[in-house]
Order: sequence, then C-alpha cells, then structure tokens
Amino acid sequence: MNKWSRRGFIGAGVLTGGALVVGVAIRPGNAVDKLRGSVASGEGEQLVNAWVKIDRDNTVTAIVPHCEMGQGAHTTLAQMLADELDADWAKVLVMQAPADGTYVVPDAARVFVAAWSVDAPKWLEPTYNGLFTQVAKLGDVMITGGSSSIRTTGQHTMRIAGAAARQMLVAAAAARWNVPASEIVAENSTLMHKASNKRGTYGEFAEAASRESMPQTPPLKDVSQYKLMGKGLQRLDIPAKINGSAHFGIDAQIGGQKLKYVAVKAPPVPGAKVESINTATAKTMPGVRQILNMGDFVAVVADGYWQAQMALNMVEPRYSRTEGDTLDSAKLSALFAKALDDGGDTGGTSLAKEGDAPGAFASAAKKVVAEYKVPFVAHAAMEPINCTAWVHDSKCEIWTSTQVPLRARSAIAKALEISNEDVTVNQLYLGGAFGRRLETDYTVQAARIAKATGYPIKMIWSREEDTRQDFYRPADISRFSGGLDGSGKPVSWNNAFTQLNGPDGSWDVAHYDIPNRSIRHAQADMHLRFGSLRSVDYSQQGFFVESFIDELAHAAGQDPYEYRRGLLSKSPRHKAVLEKVAQMAGWGAALPKDTARGIALVMSFGTIVAEVAEVKLQDGRPRVTKVWCCADAGYVMNPDGFAAQMEGGIIYGLTTALFSGITLRDGGVEQSNFHDYQMVRMEEAPEIVVDFINGDSKVLGGAGEPGLPPLAPAVTNAIFAATGKRIRELPIAKHFT
Amino acid sequence: MIQTTVNGKPQKLDVDPATPILWVLREQLGMTGTKFGCGVAQCGACTAHLDGQPIRSCSTPISEADGCQITTIEGLAGPDGALHPLQQAWIDAQVPQCGYCQSGQLMSAAALLRDTPKPSDAQIDAAMSGNICRCGTYGRIRTAIKAAASGTER
Repeated sequence: MNKWSRRGFIGAGVLTGGALVVGVAIRPGNAVDKLRGSVASGEGEQLVNAWVKIDRDNTVTAIVPHCEMGQGAHTTLAQMLADELDADWAKVLVMQAPADGTYVVPDAARVFVAAWSVDAPKWLEPTYNGLFTQVAKLGDVMITGGSSSIRTTGQHTMRIAGAAARQMLVAAAAARWNVPASEIVAENSTLMHKASNKRGTYGEFAEAASRESMPQTPPLKDVSQYKLMGKGLQRLDIPAKINGSAHFGIDAQIGGQKLKYVAVKAPPVPGAKVESINTATAKTMPGVRQILNMGDFVAVVADGYWQAQMALNMVEPRYSRTEGDTLDSAKLSALFAKALDDGGDTGGTSLAKEGDAPGAFASAAKKVVAEYKVPFVAHAAMEPINCTAWVHDSKCEIWTSTQVPLRARSAIAKALEISNEDVTVNQLYLGGAFGRRLETDYTVQAARIAKATGYPIKMIWSREEDTRQDFYRPADISRFSGGLDGSGKPVSWNNAFTQLNGPDGSWDVAHYDIPNRSIRHAQADMHLRFGSLRSVDYSQQGFFVESFIDELAHAAGQDPYEYRRGLLSKSPRHKAVLEKVAQMAGWGAALPKDTARGIALVMSFGTIVAEVAEVKLQDGRPRVTKVWCCADAGYVMNPDGFAAQMEGGIIYGLTTALFSGITLRDGGVEQSNFHDYQMVRMEEAPEIVVDFINGDSKVLGGAGEPGLPPLAPAVTNAIFAATGKRIRELPIAKHFT
Repeated sequence: MIQTTVNGKPQKLDVDPATPILWVLREQLGMTGTKFGCGVAQCGACTAHLDGQPIRSCSTPISEADGCQITTIEGLAGPDGALHPLQQAWIDAQVPQCGYCQSGQLMSAAALLRDTPKPSDAQIDAAMSGNICRCGTYGRIRTAIKAAASGTER
C-alpha cells in the first residue's frame, strides 16, 4: 500500500507527472451539493472523492476506502473498477485511501443514490448502533463492516469511477485522433482506432483525459460484458502475507523514532476505576520508564513490550466498587428471564405482527414451546488490540488497525481536546477484526498515554486484556411458542427475546409461509459492553429461528429439509438455495452409523445462505465432519474470494457454536486466553464445500458475514438428528463434558 | 551477551536472557513477520524454528538460542528469494485472509514437511493444531500442504 497525500489532487483532475485522477466531484450546482457542508471541512473547498489514478506509465491505481482485514475487499473492489475501465489487470495496484472525510463511504452511496435515483440501500441504515442514521455524523462514517464494501462502494462507486475514467480517456483519444469516440475500442489499458490504425496506452492519454468533462452517469456494463467481474482473481495482498512483509497495526514503526512499549490493564468490572496502584516492585524492574494510573486503567511504559508486561503484572491496582461487582452469569440470565416474564405473552416491543398468533396458538392442533439461550462472545481476533501513538505540538498521529479511521480521529480529537484536523490516522492491515475494530476505545487509550508520555509509544494489549476488555456479542434468551394444524403446517409463531442491536429484521421469518406471527423484544441490560460481532444479531437469531423451525418439523413428523421447502412457496430464491444445498449434500441418502445431518437457511446482509452440517458421534461427542454451503448473493464478483468468506464464516460460526462462552463472576469476565476460551483448530475443522447461485445481478448481497448464521443451527439440528438431544443453549461443548 | 544466528546472519544481542525470542526478533532486530498472539504458546502465531525445530517464540527465552540458529518467516524463502514450495502452494490455494497467523502456519508446515515429506491427514492435524486461524483457512492450509508435499504447486 502506497502513501497518499490528499493535497495533491483536491480540486484538480491531474497530478504532477500527468496522472489522471477520477473521482466524484460535488461541485456548486450539483444536486447533492447540500451534502458538502457535512463532509467537507474548509470554506470553498471543492470536495473530490478520488477513486482511481492513472499514471503516465499506464499503471492504474484503485484507491479503496475500506480496510483490508482478510475479507479481500481491496482486490475485489479494484477488480470491479478495472473491469469498467477495461484496464489491464496486470497493471492494477491498490492503495488504501487515507483516513479523510473525502472518502466517507455512505456519502458515496448517497451521492450515487441521488444521481441514479436508485432506492436507498435501506440495509445500511440500521447497521451498527444506528450509526448511519445520523447524517450529522456523516463525516465519521468511513467504515468497513456490514458486509457492505462490494455492494455499496463497489457497485455505486468503484464501477462508476472506472466507467467515467474510461469514457474520459476515449474522449481524449477521439479528440487527438480526430475520430468519433464510438469508433474507439478500449481494452487492456489500451485505446485503439482500427480504421486509422492508431493506438495508445491509457497512460499516454491520462493528462489529456483529465481535461475532459467527467460524465456524471457513465453507462455501466451489463453482466454479459463483464471481463474481470465474476472471475476468481488472485488476491493482491497475499504475496506479502506469506513472507512476513505485510505490515499490520502491531508492526507499526515511526520513521526516525525509537518507540517505547506500553502494557495496560483496565479494571475487570465495567465502570470501575483504578483507585490506587502499588508500584514498589514494578518501578524497579528493568526497562521500566513510567507507571501511569490513568484512572480507568493502569499503563506501564518500558523499553520493550515484554518488560512492560512483566512490570504490569507486579503492579497491584485497587479498584473502586461498582453495582456490577456481585453480578455473575446466573444472575444476569435470571434478569434476562425476568424481562421476558414481565413482558408476558404479548408484552415488550412488537417487531412484527401478522394475523393473530396467540389466538392461533390457543386453537392449534399441536403446540411446541422452547426457550433458547446464548452466552456472551468475544471477538478474539488473532492480532491483539494495539495502537501506536505520538502526541506532539498539540497534534496526534496514530498507526493502527481499525475498521473506522474517521471515528477514531474524532474520538481522539474529543479526548485530547484538539481539532479533527490535528489528528492523523495511519491505517495498516488488520489481523482480523470481526467487528471488534469498529470500536475506538483503544485508539483513544493510546493517544491519552502518548499525551502523558510526550514521546511515541506502541501500546499492545495482552491476550488476557483482549479477552476481558472486549465489546461482546450479547448473551440472549429467546422464547418461542409455535402451533401446528392437523397436517403439521405451522399456523402460529410467537417469539420474544431480550437483545436487539441490529441489523433490523434478524428475527424475521417472513420468508416462511406462517400465517400468524408475533415477534417481540423485551430489553434487558447486558452489563458488559455491546459490540458488533461478525453477523451481529444474526449470530444468535439464526440459531434461535432455525432451531425452532427444526423443532416444528420434527413435531410435525416431517423431514426438516422438506418441511422448510414446503414453507418457501413465496420465496423462490430461498427455495432454490435450499434445494441446491440439499442436492450438493445428497440430503436423504443413507448415512453411516452415528452420523447425521442438519440443515439451516438464513438470509443476512442481502445474501441467502443454506448450510448442511454433518455430525459424527465419536465416543459420544459430536464432531462436525463436513459442511455444505450454498449462497445466493445476487451476483458473486470474485467466486474464490466469496468461497473463502463463506469458509471463514463457517469456521468462525463453528467456534462460536461449539466453544464460545464468556461467563461472568463477581462482575468480571472469567476467561482469559485460548486455553479457557477455545478456538476451532485444524483437527476440528470440517471439510467445507461451497457453491453459489447468481440469483439477481442487480442487487448484490454481502460475503463477510452471511456464512455464519446458518452454521450453529445446522450443527445443533444435526446433533438432534444423531442423538435425539435438542441443544437449546450454546455453546455446544457444555452439553458434552 | 547472547550470540545467535537469525536467518543465516550472526547476531550479538545485549538483552535480558529471559526475554522471549519473539520480542527480540520484533523489537531488537525489527523483524515483525513473527507475530504475537497469546503470549502463552497457545496459538502458534509466533512459531519460528530453533535449530530446525518449531518453537513458540513468545514462550522461549532468547537464552535458549545462544549458539543456535533461528529461522523466521523472513528466512523461509531461499537466499536467492526463491519461494519455499509451501509459500507457492499458499499462493496457489489462496490461503491467507487477514494473514496474521500465516507466518506461524507456514513455519509449522515447513517443519512438518521437512520431517514428514508426505504427511497424512492425521499427521497434518497433529503438526498444525497448535496454530489457530480465526479467519478459518484450515481447509486451504491442508490443501496447500498436500500440494507442496506432492510437488504439484505451480
């Protein structure tokens, strides 16, 4: 990833050296000019969102406003741009866009929503704590999350920038060669005019093209014209990730500066303060420079990280008492149950109401009642939380791995009481994130430490700190009562649960043909900090909903696949995905002894995913041996990258389902490291088969998250099929000790 | 003073002998390819080779490397820059996602193949289960190891 200076291109279409820069200009008179004030800082500043740069040497650089955390967005976004541009893929580079208001992502989406009069991408709105709903905060929304990069930035921005640049290059060549633009062919970063036998590279026309007017609505390719989109191109970031040269946040260095290293420890109970510290031993330890009581945490600064951590272990902090000190998992679970009890059969906030669900339940021929529980879950990205920071001359610069560079910038500015412009955020690769790095806590923490020290520091959390100071997927309880008619068909679906964080509709079962539905939410406070974890509410709702539909199928005495299929007459795409995964797995075939399969179907982030899990009992314990996955994301831009994301969602979902359970004792998190917060490892990893259906090339779905939600219920449904034991509480491992 | 060799280059290190090799590599030598994941030899992100044997460098003091050879991910390719067969297989199978654990995965796999050129699935499980990948690349790692073992990488 190259460095980029914003100054070079603002207000200009050509850079020193003759490079064409194409972006989206919001100029006076433009219909969307009113957005300018909320995202541009200076008076009279012309806001240009630059997405592609074409150099004289014919190099095309895609400037990507999303972080790379393993999801492959850098490559696929470049691929989409390069296709519309008809660029030579071998000459395409990717550059991480700077953390700058210029690259506000939903702004880009909205700009094009306005220009193209497409329906607003509604699914953007409720994601992540309603962040997107606040236009006033637009300037902070440069975000990588919600499985959104390809379907927003890719569809609405990268492709358009590529198409616009192509049109400008063609126009420049037409003018120079004095031929009609319609006779010019653009291919592999080369412009050609056959009749006059003229040709030239994009690089040769970059400067001239920058003087052409930029088309506001360049025509985009039809699927039949795609050359790069839809191809499983290799990822551009992989070569650096096999030789140790890729730089992650934790690898940050500051040129010409020798860093000091910082280990930190925050109080175990949320909201507690550090009342005092005993530094008698710690301050005498080698390499120790400073021991800081920051009020909400303790920091030890040393010459090396190991020295800092060793000394921190010897600091004896005393914490203030809080109301949460006596909370444990059992008490919290009782509070959740009480919230549902208080809501009763009809109380709480109604999320969906269709027909008369309680009435239909009362008169149902068969009744099924179930309660499901999930625990808190920590993200446990492989790269522990870290941030490098330097505060000098009332300015702050940080180097870190983050999904939200502009939110980090604002949060630091606020904490240090300086302006946003005085904070610079340098983004490196993320060693996993899964939603943890949507939070800015650690960037502010590092900035505060750096302000206190006055010299540059690298703060690294221990794995223990990473596990205990997370923002957690909430624990939750969900209760169902369902009624069947005489033929086994569901006629009533009643559901209530305690946690609702988004995206909207994670609890929805409207794709199934169930005439009477009542879905309610009774909020219970969760004590720990909430954070979005890969697929957010879907990670628990997928388990709840797809377990209960399975229970209904078994109560009806019907095959769980056929039962679901019979309820999908109004949802043809869901049905096609379900049928395909059943076909892939050979659903219904005779299986060896102690082997069984479960199935589940969840649409999330615009993508329908069905999974079949095969479970084999070994010494009475279930082992997931194989998973088949079929997805309909509308149109898959990079099949291999998409498959990798499905595989990733499945393994992440399997860890969550099998092992993940953050529990509380005396108000604090009990787990600490990978020995007591376990991960799926190679020996437990199932074989995974992924296929997909391109169901609608006009409406794309996401890839990073949708593979996860069906996994847990597919596995627990398989365990039921194998053992007759219905797992209603995760993690699965606690039932097989 | 600790005397060791890192990727073929002799190093004299004036550090606390109890310092884990990981932090000497990362902070003293500026070689950041070896990663910190857990600090307690539970995740394998810090895997390097000490005299050819895979070690968890977060939990191995530099004193144990005195007079020994350390090999890290930066030294996995040949001196001429030619990729190790596993590195090529990693590219062919498009293994890495976030990539953070992959240095450790490759170093564990390299040790496996040196001792067991044609590993079975069970041998792959045994050699690789000390390395956690949160992105879920296990299936591709297995594919890549088998490709490298059979010499079918590109």
